[in-house]
Amino acid sequence: MALDTTALDSKVPVGPLADKWTNHKFDVKLVNPANKRRFTVLVVGTGLAGASAAATLAELGYKVVCFSFHDSPRRAHSIAAQGGINAAKNYRNDGDSVHRLFYDTIKGGDYRAREANVHRLAEVSADIIDQCTAQGVPFAREYGGLLDNRSFGGAQVSRTFYARGQTGQQLLLGAYQALARQIHLGNVEMHTRTEMLDLVVKDGRATGIVTRDLVNGEVRSWSGHAVVVATGGYGNVFYLSTNAMQSNVTAIWRAHRRGALMANPCYTQIHPTCIPASDDFQSKLTLMSESLRNDGRIWVPKNADDARSPDQIPEDDRDYYLERRYPAFGNLVPRDVASRASKKEVDAGRGVGPLKNGVYLDFADAIGRLGRDVIEERYSNLIEMYDRITGEDPYQVPMRIYPAVHYTMGGLWVDYNLMSNVPGLYVLGEANFSDHGANRLGASALMQGLADGYFVLPYTIGDYLAGLLGQPVVPTSDAAFAEAETNVADMTRRMLSVKGTRSVDYFHKELGKLMWDNCGMARSTESLEKNLSEIPALAEEFWNDVRVLGNDESLNQSLERAGRVADYFEFATLLCHDALVREESCGGHFRVEHAQEDGEARRDDENFAHVAAWEWTGAPSAPTLHKEELVFESVHLATRSYK
Amino acid sequence: MATATAPAKRKRELPWPITFYRSAVGKKWVMAISGVVGLGFVVVHMIGNLKLYLSREEINLYGEALREFPKHLLPRTVFLWITRVVLVLALAVHVHAAASLTRMNARARPRNQQYQSPRDYQVANYASRTMRWTGIIVLLFIGFHLLDLTWGGGGADFERGDAYNNLVRSFDRPLVAAVYVVANLALGVHLFHGVWSMFQSLGVNNPRINKARKRFAQSVAAIIVIGNISFPIAVQAGWVDEACVGTEHGEPCEPSGLKF
Amino acid sequence: MTGKTLTLRLKVWRQDGPRAAGRFEEYDLPGISVDMSFLEMLDVLNERLNADGHEPVAFEHDCREGICGSCSLMINGMAHGPQKGTATCQLHMRHYRDGDEIVIEPWRSSAFPIIKDLVVDRAPFDAIIQAGGYISAPAGSAPDANSVPIPKEASDSAMDAAQCIGCGACVAACPNGAANLFTSAKLAHLNLLPQGQAERYSRTVAMVDTMEDHFGSCTNHGECEAACPKEISIDFIALMNRDYVKAQLFNRRLAGQRR
Ligand SMILES: Cc1cc2nc3c(=O)[nH]c(=O)nc-3n(C[C@H](O)[C@H](O)[C@H](O)COP(=O)(O)OP(=O)(O)OC[C@H]3O[C@@H](n4cnc5c(N)ncnc54)[C@H](O)[C@@H]3O)c2cc1C
Ligand code: FES
Repeated sequence: MALDTTALDSKVPVGPLADKWTNHKFDVKLVNPANKRRFTVLVVGTGLAGASAAATLAELGYKVVCFSFHDSPRRAHSIAAQGGINAAKNYRNDGDSVHRLFYDTIKGGDYRAREANVHRLAEVSADIIDQCTAQGVPFAREYGGLLDNRSFGGAQVSRTFYARGQTGQQLLLGAYQALARQIHLGNVEMHTRTEMLDLVVKDGRATGIVTRDLVNGEVRSWSGHAVVVATGGYGNVFYLSTNAMQSNVTAIWRAHRRGALMANPCYTQIHPTCIPASDDFQSKLTLMSESLRNDGRIWVPKNADDARSPDQIPEDDRDYYLERRYPAFGNLVPRDVASRASKKEVDAGRGVGPLKNGVYLDFADAIGRLGRDVIEERYSNLIEMYDRITGEDPYQVPMRIYPAVHYTMGGLWVDYNLMSNVPGLYVLGEANFSDHGANRLGASALMQGLADGYFVLPYTIGDYLAGLLGQPVVPTSDAAFAEAETNVADMTRRMLSVKGTRSVDYFHKELGKLMWDNCGMARSTESLEKNLSEIPALAEEFWNDVRVLGNDESLNQSLERAGRVADYFEFATLLCHDALVREESCGGHFRVEHAQEDGEARRDDENFAHVAAWEWTGAPSAPTLHKEELVFESVHLATRSYK
Repeated sequence: MATATAPAKRKRELPWPITFYRSAVGKKWVMAISGVVGLGFVVVHMIGNLKLYLSREEINLYGEALREFPKHLLPRTVFLWITRVVLVLALAVHVHAAASLTRMNARARPRNQQYQSPRDYQVANYASRTMRWTGIIVLLFIGFHLLDLTWGGGGADFERGDAYNNLVRSFDRPLVAAVYVVANLALGVHLFHGVWSMFQSLGVNNPRINKARKRFAQSVAAIIVIGNISFPIAVQAGWVDEACVGTEHGEPCEPSGLKF
Repeated sequence: MTGKTLTLRLKVWRQDGPRAAGRFEEYDLPGISVDMSFLEMLDVLNERLNADGHEPVAFEHDCREGICGSCSLMINGMAHGPQKGTATCQLHMRHYRDGDEIVIEPWRSSAFPIIKDLVVDRAPFDAIIQAGGYISAPAGSAPDANSVPIPKEASDSAMDAAQCIGCGACVAACPNGAANLFTSAKLAHLNLLPQGQAERYSRTVAMVDTMEDHFGSCTNHGECEAACPKEISIDFIALMNRDYVKAQLFNRRLAGQRR
């Protein structure tokens, strides 16, 4: 690992925290309405971040060309978000404010996010709710007709807006519909089933992308004045996660290989309440809302060999380990704490279920205390979903839960304007590293994606484009495009020509196992070093033994997956590197060497209050580190405690 | 993949009834309205025919009254003719709309797009899936029925104005009676789905009446079927007999009407 | 959780490309755990096919949580299979018995041409939304979210309609290949809300007309409602019909407008 000490310029505006965004909006250069038409912006991804950005840029008058590998913009992974979206509306009059949302988010992120970005996020949060309501998002309402709120982890106020258990769906449909309107008006050219496979950089600027048409295999170049990447998170590097099956790192990884810095890849979030895997064929994990912990008690049998069914196990033989270890917060400790505690029990052999890979979440007490009706009213949709998946009835037997990878805080490094270090390349949503530090609070990802797309990028992109006025786009006949196209075609050909014996899924599962076991909830020098030696070996095996059947001229799902898994190998190496170098425990990153006596995380603000942004050097094992020191002017760094 | 840009198609502005009728939703609305007209006719027709059970005079006077309605306000049979024209038009658009929707649906799932494995229908019932066939049966039946009892070309002795005897003579033939029974069963099935469907097509949708829609449709269909098939059955069973004609003032040799 | 396994006989539609002729292929598949999801069962099939040197079966899926609307299989003649209110990805193998034969086909409709095997192109759904399935509210123009109270009933009902995942099961299940449930759900979502009133009638006409350019017509079978993984009610179709009739017959011109 090399260290590059040239400071990364975050372009955070000067001035008091609360005024930065307002002043900045005034200071950025504008593009006048007549000139906007002359700029082409390529937007990759149509999740909350991408769809809202594409629609808004088109509303402003830019020419937008938009891409998604899905068959429709509406299928992006954002659709699956359940719980809700935060906003500092203070409709409850319970003491919420922009500053409080800012503070909660910074603290929740374990003081590893950039203050100015987070403050801006809190500022625009209220506009998001207005915008979505105007679009027709049917947020939950009270009988008086006004918007309802619920509370979420990490906050003492009720600021979460929701649409039943389908908030992400409704928000995405809102953005998708705005995008559809712009497509209809001819302001957006939409390309579905088209995957970005390379970024084209010429003279240091992002000038276009290369895509592959997933239906007929055509490799094509697209040129624009700016490229916006909003391609989501990389949780599937662990194979099993709550992410949609097709979520992947490819777009940002290939941009990284073209010079964009990858920041904090080791910050991954593990959600404590998911349904455990049922067998080796498990393809993904399903999230059960965190809210269940309000009424469910978590326990395991004291005796690892206890083979009795849960209702036969008397109170004395049960260990309510969260209540025992964290008497103050009990079952409601934060996500990372709860997750690690479950892992400890399962690792000690006290896991429950046929594979001994879960812990009980028991509603018996709550049903006894409140009655079945109340529990039904609160959780029936979740309980039904659980029943559908496992065939077990949680009213009769306790649920089994286990942590699973859920969200990735890391991503491409961006400055205050959401531009990466490659001029002209903007990164939005889960794909960037910006606002959640080392841990994301519930209901904040939706907020960030929409903030980026509706209210930040539309202002900041003008600053860059204004400087390009009068310049035509680089023609796709340029050598830089030809080189990128060849690069893409070569990789495709290479994957098809291995003709080995093992499927793409086999390799993905093996990689996932390594990542989960050695770089999951608890990481150590030893485990990370193990990965750093085993992953490249597995990657080599992949390139020698993968079997991708079919051809390049028709839909070929194995081929699509092969490319993504190939990128995961390189990316996983970087992730482990980052985890190894970050010699502290913070948020979703837990190093066993850096724990307090009681097993709680120990952060090291003196040495690690920085963003680790990695540069590709050509070899996955030798990246160069750039640091962006985090300066905290408004908050005081404190240790989290939930005892 | 293909650019998902909406086709910027500009349709020529046509007179609104045509634009409306061109759409499938419009056609369904027209079918519902014409269906209501037809239903009204069927109900009135059935009720009128119940007079068969009173006496020959009653039913024949009823026939005459229809020709005279509304008495002195209009010349004789004018109203009847207007009604007939409306009914024919309703029938014509009903059939035309049905035929063109059928064509549209065939285009939406042509031969090479049909399921190759057996379909397992969940709720679509016999009535909804046989509308086309029951409709055709009813249409053919209307032709035969007009020929038989309005124009007198059905093969039985026919005397204009003597509805009672025309009917009884016609229904005396077992085959014809059977045709009437079968056709009315088809009509009932058609009405059952048609009446329910009418609420949907007209957009009558209120949670309070939604539950009653199906029951209403069932009742209407049942009443019509029972009423209508009772006539051929009654004649075949001998409950209703031909009345002698030719006595002075048309008095019957025996009292006509129901006898048990 | 029982650890039980099944042996199944699958008949799967295979078609190499949009213009290729398709055929059923039969596969015997042992060792299927009853806890697997239907799509995991297909994953297992694909692993075996790949191991044997045969190209895996292409099928669409993504979230596997019943929300993205990607999965789309006709299973034994039923769109999304036998379980009510359940998308293919949420269907589990415990609903099958050892030795069962399962026939798997793609959605079929001329509006949804087959791309490969079980994958179809559902772009006409996007065309319907593009025609008017939105409320025009450019970013920055919105009033405070609580400035217009919305009766809870209206909002709940709009949400019932808005749950549509756009999977196309309604079209697949409809004997007429009609998309009325999909279109009416989107229309109801927007038309029931106060924000949606300004464009209510133009939206209805635009979306219905676009729908009819691609799909068949509704004859009120109700199969769509039965197949819908979100159990969206056909009452919304009645609402759409009413709005369309109003738009075409009564709302053609506003007072004073010449055209
Ligand atoms: C189960 C679950 C529940 C969640 N619940 C909540 C919640 O309650 N509240 C909350 O705030 N957050 C929640 N989250 C997190 C949140 O949903 C995501 O972080 C967020 O939606 C990400 O949005 P995005 O726009 O960045 O990316 P995505 O929605 O992932 O969109 C990515 C887009 O990029 C496209 N794409 C990707 N790669 C390429 C490529 N190479 N070429 C072309 N196109 C490409 C895809 O087609 C897609 O359109 C949840 C996450 C999960 C997994
Ligand atoms: S895979 Fe998303 S709905 Fe089935």
